[in-house]
Amino acid sequence: MTTTTSSADYKKLRRVFVWELPVRVYHWLNALAIVVLCATGYLIGNPPALMSQSEASFRYLFGTIRFLHFAAAYIFFFNFLFRLYWGFVGNKYASWKNFIPTNKEFFQEMWEVLKIDILLKKEREHMSVGHNALAGFIYFLTFIAFLVQCVTGFGLYAAMSTWWFAELFVWVADWVGGDFTLRNIHHVAMWFFIVFAIIHVYLVFYHDYVEGRGEISSMGGGWKFIEEEAFEKQREGVDAYTNTD
Amino acid sequence: MAPVSTKRPTYYEELRGKGYTRRDFMKFCTMMAAYLGLEASGTAQIAKMLMKTPRVPVIWLHFQECTCCSESFIRSSHPIVADIILDKLSLDYTETLMAASGHQAEEAMHQTMKDHYGEYILCVEGSVPTAEGGVYCCIGGKTAEQILQETAAGAKAIICWGSCASNGCVQAAKPNPTSATPIHKLVKGKPIIKVPGCPPIGEVMAGVLVHIITFGTLPELDRVGRPKAFYSKRVHDSCYRRPFYDAGLFVESFDDENAKKGYCLYKVGCKGPMTYNACGIMRWNSGVSYPIQSGHGCFGCSEENFWDNGPIYRQQASFPGFGIESSADKIGMAAAGATAAGIIGHAIATNIQKKKLIANVIREGKESEKEL
Ligand code: HEM
Ligand code: SF4
Repeated sequence: MTTTTSSADYKKLRRVFVWELPVRVYHWLNALAIVVLCATGYLIGNPPALMSQSEASFRYLFGTIRFLHFAAAYIFFFNFLFRLYWGFVGNKYASWKNFIPTNKEFFQEMWEVLKIDILLKKEREHMSVGHNALAGFIYFLTFIAFLVQCVTGFGLYAAMSTWWFAELFVWVADWVGGDFTLRNIHHVAMWFFIVFAIIHVYLVFYHDYVEGRGEISSMGGGWKFIEEEAFEKQREGVDAYTNTD
Repeated sequence: MAPVSTKRPTYYEELRGKGYTRRDFMKFCTMMAAYLGLEASGTAQIAKMLMKTPRVPVIWLHFQECTCCSESFIRSSHPIVADIILDKLSLDYTETLMAASGHQAEEAMHQTMKDHYGEYILCVEGSVPTAEGGVYCCIGGKTAEQILQETAAGAKAIICWGSCASNGCVQAAKPNPTSATPIHKLVKGKPIIKVPGCPPIGEVMAGVLVHIITFGTLPELDRVGRPKAFYSKRVHDSCYRRPFYDAGLFVESFDDENAKKGYCLYKVGCKGPMTYNACGIMRWNSGVSYPIQSGHGCFGCSEENFWDNGPIYRQQASFPGFGIESSADKIGMAAAGATAAGIIGHAIATNIQKKKLIANVIREGKESEKEL
């Protein structure tokens, strides 16, 4: 990069509309639902010790916690379904192709990102406008975790609900060998969400800090900013994955 | 045991012979109809069938088990249950209760198998060990599996009594040294009905048999093969402590104030929320009580694998592969902690490795600020 102080040398940034409104709404609903589900789920597994003099009939604390879990669960599930749909009709950054490795370049890019962002091997940035390949692939894994959590969750919920939709999941408990196992899987999977969330939030800050392209705010307004030069290259399909320093 | 006579008396005839009045008989039919969840006309149906059906031959095998199912069964609340089923249902062969023994008993069993091929009901108590060619359970020189296959061949239906026969129970717990195997994994192509529990409730057992006798069909079963009438709800769904659960009021230890107040036993390990059984409704010992009513959580005896699924006195999820004593939350927290540490390390390394890049971004931003 240039070290002169003249402003003329600075690269012009070009605004790219990356995250469409439905994707942004999905993202924040999903984040909210996961926070609520993890918090209430943890409490369901480890209820706090409350001493109270009031009659049980005046209290409904655990019922409320469970209600919040189930309400958030429905939001989480249908929001997830919506996102799957949007993977087929949304813009190119929302497409399912960002998540499932279909060609050799995908794996090459994953390796590049790993070297640059995670192992910090090269002092340069990895240039991608939407998700980079590694992130995309990890989101693919989270989608699988979503699926596991929804199937096990609704499997548990089937016994508590009379709605036909929840009852569609009665087979799950029998399939894994009973509610005991089901609950175990459901509980253990929570930790995947927690660990993922920690890493995810960190990496967003990392990209914003190292690259200065508006990574954090992109999930608000939908814009990312890339250098004019990189823009041209991406458009030509030349060296679309990395820009050298 | 005398061979079964060709003209067999009906259940009703046998009961009258035993000294029961018609009134006793009708009471029994009413009770059974109630257990089975039939509508009011069901009582008449049961009475009619028991009056005209000759007794159904039953072979009751015992393999790897503790006989708690038999014990539970002979204590089911109405005396007729024991009488009708034990004497009159014609238990042609059952190690625990038959009068005959040795060759005589074997003889009786084979007679029943021959005379009533395709008609008799096979009841199995216990699992079948298949390791080492089945040496862990041999009766009369045959392995449990041989006996099972021979008797199953001519059975009209097979009833698996208890968790052993239904899902393996304790002896199938890891590492399952004898390869204790539930019946449905060994016998194919026969109607199989599972009545899990350690033991199952006596009245449930009686109900299942009465249903088969009176209607000649199996009761309606759920996806795993358990009678829906008794296993479609969780213990938690009919628990009288449930309001405390919903209120968030829990027993913290067995000797605390909350235990005296009868709060919910969830935190001392109650598995009612995961256990499908009728204990909360039918209760035990003629409806006297059941574990939760006696202050002890349900430990899920009728659920598959209940021994290997976490500790009995705690509510604890465990990571697969770490053993049941390792709590999922401890391992999860360790993983989250390690992640946080990794992130701090990565953040420091970033500032070193990408110093130039970061400096450029910052300088560019600051200079632009100054220029304005
Ligand atoms: C991010 C997603 C989710 C997380 C992190 C999560 C977490 C948890 C946890 C930790 C528990 C306690 C398990 C235990 O007892 O040890 C739980 C219980 C439960 N969850 Fe979830 N859950 C999620 C999604 C869902 C979904 C989509 C459903 C669907 C309805 C669901 C339904 C349930 C049910 C029915 C229970 C049992 C509650 C009870 O026994 O009353 N969960 N969850
Ligand atoms: S005691 Fe057990 S079954 Fe009863 S409400 Fe509490 S958790 Fe449920």
